[in-house]
Amino acid sequence: MEQSTESDICTDPVIRDQWYPLRALAELPEGATHHTRLLGVPVSCGVTRGRPWARTESAPGDGGTGALPVIDTYGYLWTSLGEPPPGVFEIPEYTEPDRRSMNAGSFIVATSAPRAVENFLDMGHFPYVHTGYLGIEPHTEVNPYDVEIIDGEIWATRCEFFQPMAAATATGGQMSKYTYRVPSPFAVMLYKSSPVDPERRDVIALLLQPMGHEQVVAHNFLCLLDDVNSDAEIKRFQQIIFAQDKPILENQIPRRLPLDPRAETPIRADHTSIVYRRHLRELGVNYGVVPA
Amino acid sequence: MASSRPEGQGWFPVAASDDAVAHHVVEAVLAERELAVWRDDDGWVNVWENRCLHRGVRLSIGHNEGMELVCQYHGWRYASRTAGCTYIPAHPADAPARTMCNRTYPAIERYGLIWTTLADATGSDGPPSSAPLESGSTLPLRAMAVNVPAGRALDSLAGLDLPDPNSPDGTTGGPHRRIDGFTLVAGSGEGVVVFFAQPVAAERCVVRGVVGPAPDEGATLALLRRFNRFLTEWRDEVEAQAEFRPGKRATPPPPTPAIAACSDGTRTRVRVSRRWLTARDVVAVELEAVDGVLPTVQPGAHIDVHLPGGLVRQYSLVNEPGRQDVYLIGVKLEPESRGGSRWIHQSLSVGDVLTIGGPHNNFALRRDAQLTLLIAGGIGITPLLSMARSLHRSGIDFRLHHFARSPEHLAFTDLLAGLGEHHRPHLGLDPAATTVELESILAEPGAGHQVYICGPGPMADAARRVAAEKGWPEESVHFEYFANTRPRDDRHPFTVELARSALTLEVPAGRSILEVVRENGVQLESSCEQGACGTCTVGVIEGVVDHQDVHLSERERAEGRRVVTCVSRAAGDRLVLDL
Repeated sequence: MEQSTESDICTDPVIRDQWYPLRALAELPEGATHHTRLLGVPVSCGVTRGRPWARTESAPGDGGTGALPVIDTYGYLWTSLGEPPPGVFEIPEYTEPDRRSMNAGSFIVATSAPRAVENFLDMGHFPYVHTGYLGIEPHTEVNPYDVEIIDGEIWATRCEFFQPMAAATATGGQMSKYTYRVPSPFAVMLYKSSPVDPERRDVIALLLQPMGHEQVVAHNFLCLLDDVNSDAEIKRFQQIIFAQDKPILENQIPRRLPLDPRAETPIRADHTSIVYRRHLRELGVNYGVVPA
Repeated sequence: MASSRPEGQGWFPVAASDDAVAHHVVEAVLAERELAVWRDDDGWVNVWENRCLHRGVRLSIGHNEGMELVCQYHGWRYASRTAGCTYIPAHPADAPARTMCNRTYPAIERYGLIWTTLADATGSDGPPSSAPLESGSTLPLRAMAVNVPAGRALDSLAGLDLPDPNSPDGTTGGPHRRIDGFTLVAGSGEGVVVFFAQPVAAERCVVRGVVGPAPDEGATLALLRRFNRFLTEWRDEVEAQAEFRPGKRATPPPPTPAIAACSDGTRTRVRVSRRWLTARDVVAVELEAVDGVLPTVQPGAHIDVHLPGGLVRQYSLVNEPGRQDVYLIGVKLEPESRGGSRWIHQSLSVGDVLTIGGPHNNFALRRDAQLTLLIAGGIGITPLLSMARSLHRSGIDFRLHHFARSPEHLAFTDLLAGLGEHHRPHLGLDPAATTVELESILAEPGAGHQVYICGPGPMADAARRVAAEKGWPEESVHFEYFANTRPRDDRHPFTVELARSALTLEVPAGRSILEVVRENGVQLESSCEQGACGTCTVGVIEGVVDHQDVHLSERERAEGRRVVTCVSRAAGDRLVLDL
């Protein structure tokens, strides 16, 4: 792992005050210590006698160590370097008894958190990056959809895309219906029509742990309707999808998300990303971005 | 001592010619600027900024399809030569704006290397001249990346005893001659080796050696091995002396440059490079750029050709995207010509310089169809031939149905032959027989099928009528007319309000919306100005339109949300336009 540098320390209060997952609890055995980095600061976490904890290790320019606030929810250990709100954003589906929730994987990616969020919000790449799974030529058209900001969260609704194999449970192509949600600047979720029960929706989230401006751990949270596949099969499907995204994310220049609307060239299909960039600009976010 | 070219100002090698093989993209770095280098199927070498204008993804991980580079992330296509965007799969019905264009750098192939400059190329003199390499063949050595500054690498080589290209195991002695800060010549007698340095970063360069003349084939491998062994050992030594530390950076990286914008192509000067009779009464004309490269071609696009006496005529381009070293048009002699086609047929000569506008594309080709039917009547073949060539290259299924009076009336038969079985001529049919043939061609409006129609008014009308009768959805039937032959009526005066410009204007009898809007300083692009091409179409916010064009479909007319401003008018007293 690369060493953190002074310049990766976050001075942006909006970003410091968020909750971030450090580790899936299922992957944190009692008594073990997990060493990682958050917003340029070396941190460690673990579960001791059933109680989750997190603390800073000695960080450049921030001498000493100290206990950090922790929350244990959705199967992750969460912490914050700033003054976080009382709880993590709501995922009501998590408590539905017939759902399977798990961490499909935690991947280190050499990109910024907002680039990873934007890729997760994007449908146009499905036929080219997730060929045969989430899209396939010639079904490339992105139909108009709606985007609005509700209580500080971005919601994109009426999204749809043709998918040859939308999930591990899929048995053929379907026009998948999506709703996207950005509940906090570096967390992004989607609600997607379930191949098992058309009336209900699978929930998939990408929870970013920004290690530095240009390095993240992407924790892939699932909350699915699937009583057929094993955990291993479900994880395998998600890992194939993420492994297809990773080389794209690591080949974007610059790695930080440009907030100047003229820096890149959006089209109508990028409506969500246009709103996301504007939202970050309005929040004054300066971490992992090229400010406008 | 050698003169020094500032890094990034002069011309530097960035790849060997042999690196840029067919259908590959090579990544190169010059002065911390990443470049994507690729050769098209015509042999043209492109050096582009290595970043897709849409989402910044490196183009070097994209796909070189031959005449277009396809971005790996969203399948956006960019034309060879201009780097202009030709297709956006997320919006298959739309023609990309002409200003969507990646940054390009000039490229020259010399001494077996590909050269470029990051500076403005105008007034720049090209790669350094190296007399020993200029006559005869050359053999580029394996490029050697070294973690030392470019000048220091050549300083080091200048003092060394190098392998002598003239003898199997002799050496050159030294010191060697520096031509400039980035060039070194070694060897005496017949064969020399010239080293060119490619600055990559402050502390890193690539040394590219070229031997000239190239040795006999039998001696090539041994010579390459000798130099390879020598340069590998040299690299290890010079790096050890320089105490290179990974991650050491003398200067901050240059800021990511802004996305470039193409010229909007409003006016281009072209020269007639070739003209010939391609069919009875049809002259083919090739037009080359007077300066620089021609603007990006999209399938279905047309140009405005400015002729003597203020005449402007529209001609579809036969080119496929990327294959645009010259524009190719076909001009049919119209018996009732008012001067346009007659002048081209009788007076236009090779070497003549003309001004053109565009290209404009109001006949955009979807590339997401399962089957594309192209239906051409006579000279209506031109835009459809451009489409056919694009589809053929990409391996997308299509048929080109081509109605003409006789074999002598088939234009561009050499290009048609390249389409093989996809080209279906229908010759010498009268209107009734044409309709019967169209009924058979359009019999099955399958899901994901698209039809493109271009031809004379009665034939295009017949094809649209048959398509409607057979149940083709209107949005799957695309058409372009040569001319608007419908009767027009401009007697009705009315008011237009321009919502975005906050202007209210009176359009009197005898004047068009387009003319009045322009007189009041509002920019509005146009091309044919007779209601055929659709370039001047704008959105309607309020009011009922009296449609007098042949561009909009029946559904678009009924919806009334767009107006072709050169001919159409308000049906009532007032129109509010999105302008």
